[in-house]
Amino acid sequence: MSHEPSGARRTYVTVYIALVLLTVVTVLVSYVNLGLMNVVVALLIASAKASLVALFFMHLKSEDRLVWGFALVPIAFLALIIFGTLVDTMLR
Amino acid sequence: MAVRLRESGRAGRVSAPPSGHADPRVAFEAAKLGLWTFLATEVLLFGALFTAYTVFRLKYPALFQSEHLKLNRVLGTLNTLVLITSSLSVVLGVDAIRRGKARLLERYYGVTVLLGAVFLCVKYIEWTEEFRHGLYPGTNIFFSLYFMMTGLHGIHVILGMGVLAYVVVLSRRGRFSEGYHTPVEIAGLYWHFVDLVWIYLLPLLYLIG
Repeated sequence: MSHEPSGARRTYVTVYIALVLLTVVTVLVSYVNLGLMNVVVALLIASAKASLVALFFMHLKSEDRLVWGFALVPIAFLALIIFGTLVDTMLR
Repeated sequence: MAVRLRESGRAGRVSAPPSGHADPRVAFEAAKLGLWTFLATEVLLFGALFTAYTVFRLKYPALFQSEHLKLNRVLGTLNTLVLITSSLSVVLGVDAIRRGKARLLERYYGVTVLLGAVFLCVKYIEWTEEFRHGLYPGTNIFFSLYFMMTGLHGIHVILGMGVLAYVVVLSRRGRFSEGYHTPVEIAGLYWHFVDLVWIYLLPLLYLIG
């Protein structure tokens, strides 16, 4: 394992360090009162982390368009469900 | 899923995929796509709860603000780090079997199962603490969502640990090699998804009530 430090393994460790740092940042930011921006920042950081996991750990980066479709379409559906539900509950 | 793993494992011994595909490469792609399809249904399963969370958070912002402070932010963060680390060990396990190193794969997946157990122990401590303070699923809508979301996620962690442990057992029986390790890859994908869900649960429940 230590004989040939491959590029792939170095990438995994780098991504891991980024994930840890982003976790620390999001927790620290939560102690600062930014009003509505707290939600925005927390969700942006979570999405950055989720993207890192999907792209590198789940190898989405090297997948073809079909797999990308299967990964992204459900997220679009979820957005549609949340939007449709809010249209109902907010305007009632 | 367990059934599929078993079938694939048996076929792995004769180094031919279990499906109707003549080309093992195509069989591997098909298995991966199948797992991504399953994950799509999982997104919508958790999605229903995320939708409920959004609706009630907008309806009762003050309640969410006061209640989320009752959660243990330190333990929530600790568990995030535990799951992220477990994802790293999964991807290193996949990398190991891609190079044909079965023993190394077993070690990495074993570490992941252990980290899953650590996660559940921390979750157990948290829930116990909350019950002691009189916080139950029926206390209010925030805690209903909290227990439902972390509970459903916890079930996924338990199932994931079972699947990964089974992959280790299959590997010990010599089922996987550089050329055939489909169950290793798709079990890994499932575990990363469990990590993904928690990545959103931490801010939504612990950090921004």
